[in-house]
Amino acid sequence: MTDSTDLAPAELVTGVPALADEDSDELLTINMGPHHPATHGVLRVMVKLDGEVVKDAKPVIGYLHTGIEKTAEDKAYWKVIPVVERMDYLAYYFNAMAYVGAVETLLDLEVPPRAQYLRVIHLELNRIMSHLVWIGTAMLDLGAISMFWYGFREREQILDLFEYSSGQRMHTRYFQVGGVIEDIPVGWEAKVRKFCAEMPRRADQYAAILEKNEIVLQRLRDTGVVPEARLLELGVTGPLLRAAGNPWDLRKAQPYSSYDHFDFKIPVGTVGDNYDRFRVRHAELYESVKIIEQALDGLPEGPYITEDRKVALPPRHELATSMEALIHHFKLVTEGFRVPPGEVYYPIEGPRGELGCFVRSDGSSKPARVHMRDSSFTNLQAFPDMVRDGYIADFIAAIAMLDPIVGGIDR
Amino acid sequence: MEIVRSGGSGASSPDDFRSSQLRARDMLRGDLEGKDLEEYVEQRVLTTTLEQALNWARSNSLFPLTFGLACCAIEFMSIVASRVDVSRFGFEALRASPRQADLIVLSGRVSIKMAPIIRRIYDQMLEPKWAISMGACSSSMGVFNNYAIVPADKFMPIDVHVPGCPPRPEALMHGVLRLRDMIQDKEEPGWRDRYGARGTEEVAPPPDDPAVDALRQASQHSEATKRA
Amino acid sequence: MPDAPGLELLAQDLRETDADAVVDTSYFRDKAALEVAPDSVRTVLAALREKGFRALMSVHGVDYWPHEPRLGVHYELLDMHEVDRITVKTRVPTDAPNVPSVTPDWPTADFHEREVYDLFGVVFEGHPDLRRILMPDDYEGHPQRRDFPVGGEPVHFTYNEYETPRYWE
Repeated sequence: MTDSTDLAPAELVTGVPALADEDSDELLTINMGPHHPATHGVLRVMVKLDGEVVKDAKPVIGYLHTGIEKTAEDKAYWKVIPVVERMDYLAYYFNAMAYVGAVETLLDLEVPPRAQYLRVIHLELNRIMSHLVWIGTAMLDLGAISMFWYGFREREQILDLFEYSSGQRMHTRYFQVGGVIEDIPVGWEAKVRKFCAEMPRRADQYAAILEKNEIVLQRLRDTGVVPEARLLELGVTGPLLRAAGNPWDLRKAQPYSSYDHFDFKIPVGTVGDNYDRFRVRHAELYESVKIIEQALDGLPEGPYITEDRKVALPPRHELATSMEALIHHFKLVTEGFRVPPGEVYYPIEGPRGELGCFVRSDGSSKPARVHMRDSSFTNLQAFPDMVRDGYIADFIAAIAMLDPIVGGIDR
Repeated sequence: MEIVRSGGSGASSPDDFRSSQLRARDMLRGDLEGKDLEEYVEQRVLTTTLEQALNWARSNSLFPLTFGLACCAIEFMSIVASRVDVSRFGFEALRASPRQADLIVLSGRVSIKMAPIIRRIYDQMLEPKWAISMGACSSSMGVFNNYAIVPADKFMPIDVHVPGCPPRPEALMHGVLRLRDMIQDKEEPGWRDRYGARGTEEVAPPPDDPAVDALRQASQHSEATKRA
Repeated sequence: MPDAPGLELLAQDLRETDADAVVDTSYFRDKAALEVAPDSVRTVLAALREKGFRALMSVHGVDYWPHEPRLGVHYELLDMHEVDRITVKTRVPTDAPNVPSVTPDWPTADFHEREVYDLFGVVFEGHPDLRRILMPDDYEGHPQRRDFPVGGEPVHFTYNEYETPRYWE
């Protein structure tokens, strides 16, 4: 592969000139947000405009900062899972997976294969759901308002599946350290297969409305282009990087949780404009369906959570007969399990890019530091480059195609 | 003033129908007078006060503000979507500008940086305006009881709190419909009254709570009469 | 992931250019980490970039209280061609929390370093725009430090129902 990523240390691609001072007298600084119909969540952007042309854009964040990482230090390891899930609120299974994976690495715990496959199914369903919300809201920003209803119609089906398997639509607390909290109920598999049979047809319908739509093409083609080398400098990963041509995907590069058992492709764009980003995410819908079907076909039998009673709760029928199980249950519920001291960074591929979780443990039953490396936080740094020298309308399209989730940005 | 509707839907028997036909003929001829005429008019015309009519109109056409903060915003979007369709009740006209909206739904956690901005937006809304605090994070502190967020009650008046994390769209719909009832003055009493639970608080309530005194007296009286 | 001997060779290479750059190496759960002195962070990262770790994925802070030096900064590097990761750690005390900023070489560190400054108080020298990013601009204190209180509001339960402040009245 030709090394477009070969950078001599001091040579960075963009040398974007800073705004010369004499220009700044003629520029209009406008504040967009934090409450704005087009910003996805409470994202505030200070925009410098020359007429309708955007000269600079500076995102101001922090309007949703919830101190999730601080709260996580206060709670037992398994109690952190619901807290951390609420960070990137469209990819809740991914947040849980990153955290749980980090803790399992610290514990040197092996997750049973059935749990791994179940995790993959839920992760890919969540990926589809995140992309559906993205397509609904992004097209809403562009004016194709009816896509919102189509996207959310499918999303309701996925949420029904989540509710069926875990009891909650969002923030399900389904992933636990060592596996998943409960096995899938009878009939869930049939419903997922039915959904998988229907989803590609629905995705085809979205393509029929949007792919060759003149307005979509005019607004998204050749807008918001950032060269791939610049994206790599900025640490951008996920569909944004794949749209620029770099097929980097952690599911293939550093497979976790049995992703290497499945056969799927990575959609890659060519130019890296907004239209490619749209096409890449849309194509990922089909690939995720393929992964789910393969995982269902190969779903192994076995335990759905680790057998290590020091980490996972014993099944309830054991509590009546075994004293040890009772003691384990008591210790786990009151104090929680202890994790040997250490630090680990566990990255996974979220719907927006690399989602990593850093956990430091000091030997007690509460983590000493939990940090989520969120993809939207890093991707947002590419935003000024995307909108420089474009129109305001392209600015809105760029926000839509960037897919920022402010919960992840602000944590 | 009472709102009286014509009783019964459809004629119950041919005789009733015939008699109402005759009454109508008399009315048109000008033969009904006095009490008969009043009764006739009352049965057919919706009478109400201006305030009640306004409240009915306001409550059935709330314009929510498109205001999404965090995870609850996604469930708020679900309410506008097709499964739980808020358009059935007339609330689908979401306005982006606070000057055109009359319902703000605080969907999500309110951080300390965002709180003054929300207050500004709330102040920019025109009277009459209502606020729903959706989800646990904005009503109380929710999952995150820490330095970074503020319960919504601290900086703006809230009419309805909807619990949940996030509340199901049906739960939020229930909250919005409760708000609608509140606007129409058909407010439901709190759970303590509904379950007759006044006087069951674990800590003695403040001495000047008239509801508690009244209920205590009533329960003592009923105890006395039962024993007697 | 450079394996354990690979990590030692890497550390040796780095020590050749600057003797006291690398303070410690650790290979834990198949993940490699180097601990470096704060002043040589930029040179070490540049040297690792020469070796192929061209992507900086994350810069985050850790508070090692009560162990001194208290504040730590971790850099997660990724080599996309060999699919390798390595962590570079450095530790600074609270009374001199200065670390040279790597933003001029790695533009992705911009927001990350601002966040570490905001939440921990580590001052990155040479950062183009070091100011608070998540907390309000006039906030006092660095919330993520271990001795900063978690905070919060009292919650209504039936036992404290009438003592907790009822803001709406």
